[in-house]
Amino acid sequence: MGRNAAAVLASIVGLVMVLTAFARPLEFLGTAVVDWFNVLAAIAFVLGGANLLKMNLLKISARDAGWGYSAVTVSVFLITIGVGLLKVGAHPDPLHPDVALSGDKEAVGGAFWWLYEYAMSPITSTLFALLAFYVASAAFRAFRAKNTAAILLLGTAFVVLLGRVYVGVLLTSWIPADNAWVSWLRLENLSGIIMGVFNNAGTRAMMIGIAIGIAATSLKILVGLDRSYLGSSD
Amino acid sequence: MSDRPNESFLARLDRIDRRWIFLMMAIAVAGPIIWVGVTGRTFPETATPAVQGAFDAIERLPEGSKVLISFDFDPASAGELQPMATGFIHHCQLRKHRIYAMTLWAPGSPLIGATLADVIGSDPSYRYGENFVDLGYQAGNEGVMKQVGVDFPKAFPNDSKGTPLARIPMMQGITRLSDFDILISVSAGYPGGKEWVQYGVSPTLTQGHRLPFVAGSTGVQTPQMIPYYPVQMSGILGAIKGAAEYESLVNAKATAPGETVPAKYQEAQRRMAPQLFGHSLMVGLILVGNVIFFAGRRKGAAE
Repeated sequence: MGRNAAAVLASIVGLVMVLTAFARPLEFLGTAVVDWFNVLAAIAFVLGGANLLKMNLLKISARDAGWGYSAVTVSVFLITIGVGLLKVGAHPDPLHPDVALSGDKEAVGGAFWWLYEYAMSPITSTLFALLAFYVASAAFRAFRAKNTAAILLLGTAFVVLLGRVYVGVLLTSWIPADNAWVSWLRLENLSGIIMGVFNNAGTRAMMIGIAIGIAATSLKILVGLDRSYLGSSD
Repeated sequence: MSDRPNESFLARLDRIDRRWIFLMMAIAVAGPIIWVGVTGRTFPETATPAVQGAFDAIERLPEGSKVLISFDFDPASAGELQPMATGFIHHCQLRKHRIYAMTLWAPGSPLIGATLADVIGSDPSYRYGENFVDLGYQAGNEGVMKQVGVDFPKAFPNDSKGTPLARIPMMQGITRLSDFDILISVSAGYPGGKEWVQYGVSPTLTQGHRLPFVAGSTGVQTPQMIPYYPVQMSGILGAIKGAAEYESLVNAKATAPGETVPAKYQEAQRRMAPQLFGHSLMVGLILVGNVIFFAGRRKGAAE
């Protein structure tokens, strides 16, 4: 019963969204549905937070391997959420200098700013930057011209890697830029051709394929044939 | 001393500790950063058509046009995308456009405030609420994109400080996305430029006027964005290279020949030097790896 009701609701909402795309007078219905979606998206944050707490607290209480990391995660999560909920502001507030921590909550010097600037920002940037090191190591060990496909991939990688930086310009600067017959051979132009023609064609083919797949799946959901999104009935 | 004395040089190189590769990459990146920091010199950039298209789309708007810019990235991607955001805001400031900043990424909110303060903070002709506004973050991804398409104030009832939009002068007359003169998205993934095309820009076609759209994206995301150029998108800044090209166009407009460009408006150009050495090292490593591979294969065949 519950699953049927959910499937019917999903069908109605889906049909409303399809109709509003073509019928302007029904736009208000689409706006209402999008409102519900935004409310659900906001609730997902609460569920996500609760789930994070549950998983990590279970790990801490069971003293699983790496429970210390979970303790750090829970501590920082609670500190950040506390700072956000209490709207701890910067001090002093120019308008109310006598009231402690009453300034703009995101202003320089505030607790939230401090967490963002000195914890989140450097940690996420560092993690992202580490990719350069691992990619270099992987390129040395795994990027081998074992067959024709790998040779093509290697050649393409060389052209794009060099064509996107000034070394590409330097290496092929002897090719006349004003001669249309040969100027495309300059690495910076060749890189553009690879990105704009070959890559573009492949990406478009994938995107069109994905779009057709989404349309087919959506149709199955609309008519109630696909209910996998509701999860298991157990 | 090696534990395998008869081993060839190439075989030893094949087993090199990866920490040596990490060290080489660190030197390849840190060296140019220091060199650029000391000398202030950057490589010349020539704008590709996609970057020129982005520049022209903002340039051709009349003074005071309404520009909505979505900061859809976080500090992890700021190294690549922050120079784009700074460049777009700087360009809009030069053209005296009205700037409406928003984000669909929760960690993007502080980046809006920092960028606006950095670029237009000291400009007395830019007053908050009249020439620029920080609308902050809104949860909902594509839901927000669809909602701003039909009812902007419903998606963003307040600015980032909680001030109702009705009390912000520059928000008067903004009812839906198509009321803006251009949309700019600086994005690191989902939701980002691709979703803006699908849920934000495309519906404006049925509303009688296509909203001009310009995007800046990470190198990884750019191939997914290129199919939308030049029809749905007027221009695209792909990775730090695209940002450097755009910076050079904006700086050429902003400064007289011989005048010094402030470092904050050259961030992308300054990052092209470490990029050059990083890419060159990668190419070198791949070549060496393949020399080892073929030498090993030939030796194996001979045995």
